[in-house]
Amino acid sequence: MANTAASFSGLVKRSTEGGEALKEPRKTMIESKSLCFYYGQNQALFDISLVIPERSVTAFIGPSGCGKSTFLRTLNRMNDIIEGVRRSGEILLEGQDINAPEVDVVALRKRVGMVFQKSTPFPKSIFDNVAYGPRIGGLRDREKLAHIVESSLKRAALWKEVQHRLHDSAMALSGGQQQRLCIARALATDPEVLLMDEPASALDPASTARIEDLIFELKEKYTIVIVTHNMQQAARVSDFTAFFLKGILIEIGDTEQIFTNPREKQTQDYITGRFG
Amino acid sequence: MTDENPSPVPEASMPVVKRLGRESGKAESWLFAWTCRGAIWFSVAILGVLLISVTKNAVGWLDWQFLSSFDSSRFPAKAGMLSGILGTCWVIALTILFAVPIGVAAAIYLEEYATDNLLNRFIRLNLANLAGVPSIVYGILGLTVFVRMFGLFGPQGWIHEFTGWNLEGFFWSEHYGQYLIPLPFGRVVISGALTLSLLILPVIIIASQEALRAIPPSLRHASLALGATKWQTIRFQILPAAVPGIMTGVILAISRAIGETAPLVMLGAMSFVFFAPGNLDSLSAVAEHPEGLIKAPFDTFTVMPIQIFNWVRQPKEEFKYIAAAGIVVLLAILLLLNGLAILIRNRYSKHMRW
Repeated sequence: MANTAASFSGLVKRSTEGGEALKEPRKTMIESKSLCFYYGQNQALFDISLVIPERSVTAFIGPSGCGKSTFLRTLNRMNDIIEGVRRSGEILLEGQDINAPEVDVVALRKRVGMVFQKSTPFPKSIFDNVAYGPRIGGLRDREKLAHIVESSLKRAALWKEVQHRLHDSAMALSGGQQQRLCIARALATDPEVLLMDEPASALDPASTARIEDLIFELKEKYTIVIVTHNMQQAARVSDFTAFFLKGILIEIGDTEQIFTNPREKQTQDYITGRFG
Repeated sequence: MTDENPSPVPEASMPVVKRLGRESGKAESWLFAWTCRGAIWFSVAILGVLLISVTKNAVGWLDWQFLSSFDSSRFPAKAGMLSGILGTCWVIALTILFAVPIGVAAAIYLEEYATDNLLNRFIRLNLANLAGVPSIVYGILGLTVFVRMFGLFGPQGWIHEFTGWNLEGFFWSEHYGQYLIPLPFGRVVISGALTLSLLILPVIIIASQEALRAIPPSLRHASLALGATKWQTIRFQILPAAVPGIMTGVILAISRAIGETAPLVMLGAMSFVFFAPGNLDSLSAVAEHPEGLIKAPFDTFTVMPIQIFNWVRQPKEEFKYIAAAGIVVLLAILLLLNGLAILIRNRYSKHMRW
């Protein structure tokens, strides 16, 4: 824990001595440089530095209140809407500081989509839900919209179930379908990064499995960052895992290494269920 | 962050309930339920007595002649409510036109944009106070601001005194022989509507704030996370979701405005009026003199509650029955307006579920 950046297996530019080199070199999508974050007087994140490679799944694990969701929300600046928050350090998206004054937060959120813990379909039809992002972006062409809706629903593995009732209310879908609809809705703005805040925690095992399969497919094209309480889920879907504790990044590395041979004792304790 | 893994372990060791008889808690619960039931029946009974007695008095007097003719101070049989009905319609329509957009916009500002500083806290606190100000006070305000316009205009007005100009109004109309928009407004429909707007604004603002606050933050976050601007989020997600709550506030406010008498008496709405605002008493009148649509808001007027109040004061016995008929018409129009608002509310709340 002494140096968080050094405990980062192979994703940092210099290779680690332990021989756990990265399987293949990947381009960096998101880089966090000594990020600190405060809610009023309370510091929620302490000096977080890490790298998230493109077209991979990175899982954030840790006990409740450890800052993993807060960190996730700094990646598309969703924390901006909370009053009285402060931040220091940088978040770079493909090398560009997302908090720079010239960055348009609306454009940023189109590139960095987000799926929430509680599925939040708009009280509209399925079609209108998926078409919302492109529409507010100014797209009016019906044919193009229909095409985007279809391809997004297909990518979210929901098309077969809803293709004959696109104009029914999205509220009538089941919980798992609603969550996949939210994923489709996020995909419709054609993002590069998809942030998922415990996307399956409110779902039954079958729906969870579908979401996990979906995440596995989506990483071919998207960079996925997922916050999860479920360690089996992190082990199943992610390529890289970061362990947070009390606002500190304890360890980040290949998922296999984290789960079989963690470098830090706290990680070991958490994974083996000794606390948390 | 809730852990969504409740593990309902069946409690095998739970003691079996032995006594099935009525316990002391039961009696209390029964008493409470019946007290509440009594309260609602008391209210309903009062309403029933009111409706029955008024309707009984109105029978025989409430006919087409009553609805379609102007008032008469001498012959109860000829007295009608047309000027009051049309006056109320104009006043309420204009009141809605002013108060609803301003009220909803103010609520959106306070809920979505205003930061939590001293000024905004002061405004929020005083909105509640404003809602409690007696209506007669608004009448005095309206008299100064809208009817007399601080004495700015007219031959003795300040503007004449300092510049020598003599502003009496805009748009001279040959048909009416006067300006369509007089300055100052005087004792006219629009003065009443603006005064009633001020009166109900706090109610609309507070109700709209409540409605906006009740929208789950998840809806807002979902929209923002998709790259919507704040305005798009408000326009496409928050406002449609808040419409049912806002409509409830509007219903309450309009119900209050429609029955208000005191501020309008203060403004100088007349009691016996023998014409409709702008002389528009039929559709053909509108077709013949379309400029009357501009004139009407700037014409003198009466409203239903004032007419009813005036009839009750008359010495002739028959006017009591006329007043009862007037009350029935007033209640009917109130119900009609509320029904319309409920219809709009239900149309919007169809999809809502969270």
